[in-house]
Amino acid sequence: MKRHLISAADLTRDDALLILDTADELARVSERSIKKLPTLRGRTVVNLFYEDSTRTRISFEAAAKRLSADVINFSAKGSSVSKGESLKDTALTLQAMGADAVVIRHGASGAPHRLATWVDGSVVNAGDGTHEHPTQALLDAFTMRSRLGALDGRRITIVGDVLHSRVARSNVLLLHTLGAEVTLVAPPTLLPVTVQSWPCEVSYDLDAVLPKADAVMMLRVQKERMNDAYFPSAREYSRRYGLDRDRLARMSEDAIVMHPGPMNRGMEIAAEVADSPRSTIVEQVANGVTIRMAVLYLLLGGETQ
Amino acid sequence: MSDAPRAVLDGPDINRALTRIAHEIIERTKGAEGVVLLGIPTRGATLARRLGDRIAQFEGLKVPVGYLDITMYRDDLRLRPARPLGRTELPPDGIDDKTVVLVDDVLFSGRTVRAALDALGDVGRPRAVQLATLVDRGHRELPIRADYVGKNLPTAKSEQVKVHLTEIDGRDAVLLFKPGPKQRPGAAEGSEG
Repeated sequence: MKRHLISAADLTRDDALLILDTADELARVSERSIKKLPTLRGRTVVNLFYEDSTRTRISFEAAAKRLSADVINFSAKGSSVSKGESLKDTALTLQAMGADAVVIRHGASGAPHRLATWVDGSVVNAGDGTHEHPTQALLDAFTMRSRLGALDGRRITIVGDVLHSRVARSNVLLLHTLGAEVTLVAPPTLLPVTVQSWPCEVSYDLDAVLPKADAVMMLRVQKERMNDAYFPSAREYSRRYGLDRDRLARMSEDAIVMHPGPMNRGMEIAAEVADSPRSTIVEQVANGVTIRMAVLYLLLGGETQ
Repeated sequence: MSDAPRAVLDGPDINRALTRIAHEIIERTKGAEGVVLLGIPTRGATLARRLGDRIAQFEGLKVPVGYLDITMYRDDLRLRPARPLGRTELPPDGIDDKTVVLVDDVLFSGRTVRAALDALGDVGRPRAVQLATLVDRGHRELPIRADYVGKNLPTAKSEQVKVHLTEIDGRDAVLLFKPGPKQRPGAAEGSEG
């Protein structure tokens, strides 16, 4: 495995399977009364969050703590960043503090990549701009694998705002590596122009794709996009691309419904679909801690290159 | 490459050793009541299953068998790239107040067993912990000893001992490797404990 996890494309098939298999074993730790392993004792993990994020930051924090690492949370608000410190100077500060890993969430695509050139520790991308969010893709793959079995030849449909979604891009790359067939469904205005070069199919018609899917992943429609004329109205979006009860009924019986959260109930996903037993939304959160433990262990647990 | 390995124990030898260990466990624990066998993956887990079968056969008592992966508790994690994890699976009734017999294939430095004792502390509180090993090759680096030993095997520290088991390797054998001129120290797996 590479020293950093910046893109889902950094992972070979063997790397990805090693992370998923490691997570399979680590999942059992969450069931014990002592949910802690001594593995990363004396290692320091810095959570460097330039964007608000509750679940991802808490998830990384829980993962690092369960492995006994020391965790330093650094959020841009109320820190030297709000006084105008650059990413590079912040990176040098972290370097001087001896961070063994930096988990970074940043609004600018490519920030983790830059950071990796300034620090000696491992850099883990926890979401950069509209670029990538590899640990989300890993936890999604982990969730799919535990519900559906091996992902080779499985048909995964990703629906919604692909254009602004780092989750979609990372998922397409990782699922392709794992042998799944991905179909993106979105209004043409919400697909990036480069999508033709992605290793996946593209469709504008959800109802045509739905019956064949083994898993359907709904992406959040970000509130701030709703007024940007990507689609005529929220209601129309919901009618054409939302997952409601009727559409759920037309899906294959074993197919699962996923959502990276936070959801807009009634918009891209109906409340009763989100709460149905075929929804994995709560599992995805729990699996997030497990998969991040696996990533931190594999990046930091062995000898450092 | 090194010379061809020498088979120190063959299939029947291993069978006899396990049969004797099973009898000793029954004897020492007065009928294996309250005993839990915990194998250390990979080969210790297989040996634990075999011991469980034998105890069931001799005593008519089904002893719970589980697996305890100790990778995350090793003290030499940082000396090598991160390793894949083995399976940890405890019997449904747990290990609290039980006599846990740890089972491993080779006892060497004692570091694996130390890690196993740490791991045990995180999953329960056994009444007592004992250790069974198929081969004790000496060269302990910690104050640890086995309660049940299949074979005491005097070795040079530079030699390597590898246990092969039918379920994993296609045949039963204990092999002794002489050090080759270019061999990296500690390159063989399954013989580092």
